[in-house]
Amino acid sequence: MDIDKRKFLKVIGITSALWVGSRFTGGLSSVFGIGDTLDKKALADAGFEISKTLPDPKALIGKQWAVAIDLRQFKTPDDYKKCINVCDKIHNIPDIHTKQDVKWIWEEPYDNAFPEQHNNYMEGQLKDKSVILMCNQCEFPPCVRVCPTGATFKRHDGIVMMDYHRCIGCRYCMAGCPYGSRSFNFRDPRPFIKKIDPDYPTRTKGVVEKCDFCAERLDKGLMPACVEASKGAMVFGDIKDPNSDVRRILSNNFSIRRKPELGTQPNVFYII
Amino acid sequence: MYNSGKIITGLIIFVGLVTLPFWYSIGKANIKPDPSLNTPVINQMKVKHCIESKQFMIDNHMELLNEWRNAVVRDNKTIYVSTTGQYFTMSLEDTCFHCHSNEKQFCNQCHSYVNIQPYCWECHVKPAEEIANGH
Amino acid sequence: MIEKAFYGSKKYWIWILFLLAFLGLCFHFYLMQLNQGLTITGMSRNVSWGLYIAQFTYLVGVAASAVMLVIPYYLHHYKAFSRMIILGEFMAIAAVTMCMLFIFVDLGQPMRVMNVILHPQLHSVMFWDMTVLSGYLVLNLLIGWTTLESERKNVAPPSWVKPLIYLSVVWAISIHTVTAFLYAGLPGRPYWLSAIMAARFLAGAFCAGPAILLLLVFLVQKFVKYRVGEESIQTLSKIVTYAMSANVFFLLLEIFTAFYSRIPEDMNAFRYLFVGLDGHTTLVPYMWVSAGLAIVSLAILIPPQLRNNTKLLTVALIALVISTWIDKGFSLIAAGFVPNPFDRVTEYLPTFPEIMIVLGVYTIGILILTILWKVAISVKEKTTA
Repeated sequence: MDIDKRKFLKVIGITSALWVGSRFTGGLSSVFGIGDTLDKKALADAGFEISKTLPDPKALIGKQWAVAIDLRQFKTPDDYKKCINVCDKIHNIPDIHTKQDVKWIWEEPYDNAFPEQHNNYMEGQLKDKSVILMCNQCEFPPCVRVCPTGATFKRHDGIVMMDYHRCIGCRYCMAGCPYGSRSFNFRDPRPFIKKIDPDYPTRTKGVVEKCDFCAERLDKGLMPACVEASKGAMVFGDIKDPNSDVRRILSNNFSIRRKPELGTQPNVFYII
Repeated sequence: MYNSGKIITGLIIFVGLVTLPFWYSIGKANIKPDPSLNTPVINQMKVKHCIESKQFMIDNHMELLNEWRNAVVRDNKTIYVSTTGQYFTMSLEDTCFHCHSNEKQFCNQCHSYVNIQPYCWECHVKPAEEIANGH
Repeated sequence: MIEKAFYGSKKYWIWILFLLAFLGLCFHFYLMQLNQGLTITGMSRNVSWGLYIAQFTYLVGVAASAVMLVIPYYLHHYKAFSRMIILGEFMAIAAVTMCMLFIFVDLGQPMRVMNVILHPQLHSVMFWDMTVLSGYLVLNLLIGWTTLESERKNVAPPSWVKPLIYLSVVWAISIHTVTAFLYAGLPGRPYWLSAIMAARFLAGAFCAGPAILLLLVFLVQKFVKYRVGEESIQTLSKIVTYAMSANVFFLLLEIFTAFYSRIPEDMNAFRYLFVGLDGHTTLVPYMWVSAGLAIVSLAILIPPQLRNNTKLLTVALIALVISTWIDKGFSLIAAGFVPNPFDRVTEYLPTFPEIMIVLGVYTIGILILTILWKVAISVKEKTTA
């Protein structure tokens, strides 16, 4: 009789406490024997506090990151490929060959990258030239303005960042971006990644993604991967710092930006 | 009583539905989860200690991970200072899985038991050991 | 009052069962989408919104159009609408519900939909659209249900309803204005970047919404004894006529600005729609059908002697609904993404599963509408008999 009763209580206790309750009662301590509960007050008295977080002392600090792409130095197909491939590889970009593809950094012919600059009588070399495209990391990004959840936002250092945990996949940012810099995961990307780099998460189906200037590398003190791979053809730095490399190259060379008339203040500059 | 047949049938269905969780788990073995700490990295540790106390981690690892991702993704903070003053990189891959490289014997033990399916693995890459085994 | 929905003829129940069965079929396709992702739709990296968002847009208009009954009836005490008004309010409820469902089925991560409330972004038009739509749903439920209940009990509606009704007039305008702002505020989409977008939306809504209402009334009158009254039909079709004229006028304004200025980016979407761009002509036939039907509907609606003939009126209304649907419920969204930021054309056509999911949402709307109208008409038949 006693044993039966105990068994019954166990069934009730475990099923109700765990099957239903554990998500709401906040804590898995009940798993380790019913009755053991955590003494949170004691923990607090012992001086415990969560969320002491710091930036990495090695992290690169800037007010608004920008990149100047010296197109004159992109001569062979390999000059483009090395920048694009390294990004695809370290960020686990799926290689999808349909209209539902995913791109962070890619090439477009000059005419398509700058359609409003179209000129029937243009110098041949530039006309046929490929241009490296990526997110412009706008100073006033329309994608951030329209995002209904704050899943895309502007970081303190100007990077237009994606929070893949928060994105609901409404794709309003894709309608908002005038540069076509955003991609949606119409499906699970994993089957389309040749070799998954375990150091960087893949994305899941149903979220939007884009280039984030290698925020994860900047936070460790490293340059964006494409900049590093370009061997000087791309110059990266803080556009608000008058002594930065990017400011130096921009002040000495004529540069253009994509759709500057929209007032988004893109931070990818092209030296042609 | 009018419509007694309908009322009683309705009551039976209602009680059946409400108690469904109990019926669901009757006959299922209630094996106590036993997360394993048997990984190469942990075995080499002199003092086996997670970034915070065991009890705290058991209870709050999900909140902690949530704070971590907010700090890393939204505030460019990557270092966590534990209550004992130690520094850790806030990274599931580089920190958590560095020691807990046994997802099946560690994470899944409790998660399966309480029937929750965290979606970490849809994006984050499982510990190396698991990948090597073809999962 | 809801009990009225549980007593009905055999036909009523067969209809409900049919809707439920069809809904089950459609739901299967939604599960497929949940499982595989939005890859089962015809949407792409360049055309990232499609039929779902277009239906949402169209139905916000249908919902807002209830105001075309509310203004004459409550503000001008136009009593001829007394037998029609509740049908309009209840149609708005069904329409708003469908709007919300269309947003929901469009989400890549539907489980996270509450993030919109958990992390509200006041600078996002979508946040405000959600706010005004939910508010409109609540307003219509409160107003419609309360006034009907009072009517059943043969008492005057409680005094707190009046201010809500006045609020609902402004609110109805707001839902479609805010929905237009979703598109009209985007810098890189010239087809949408137009100050008269909201006005165009409202004009389109105020013709299409009442047209659908009238067609549904004609249909339901075949099955029930309840009659809305000839005068109300004539008045509403007059409203439809004015609104459709304004709708076509606004479209012509857009075309003038684009083609007289000859700014390529402003012309491109219209070119793509009506003659094709860079050899892409998928939507061209649809657009000419839409234009042709618009002319047909106006040709019947404008002369009173044609408009007052119920058979011709029905033809005109059907033509109008199809015409405005092609324009606003389909091409408006697809063409907004043409050409893409790289001056290329990516075409869009919905896939079969996508269409089934759309039909599923419409089925839910029809189910809600059936139940609400059943209640309304049952009450009305008793009180006005």
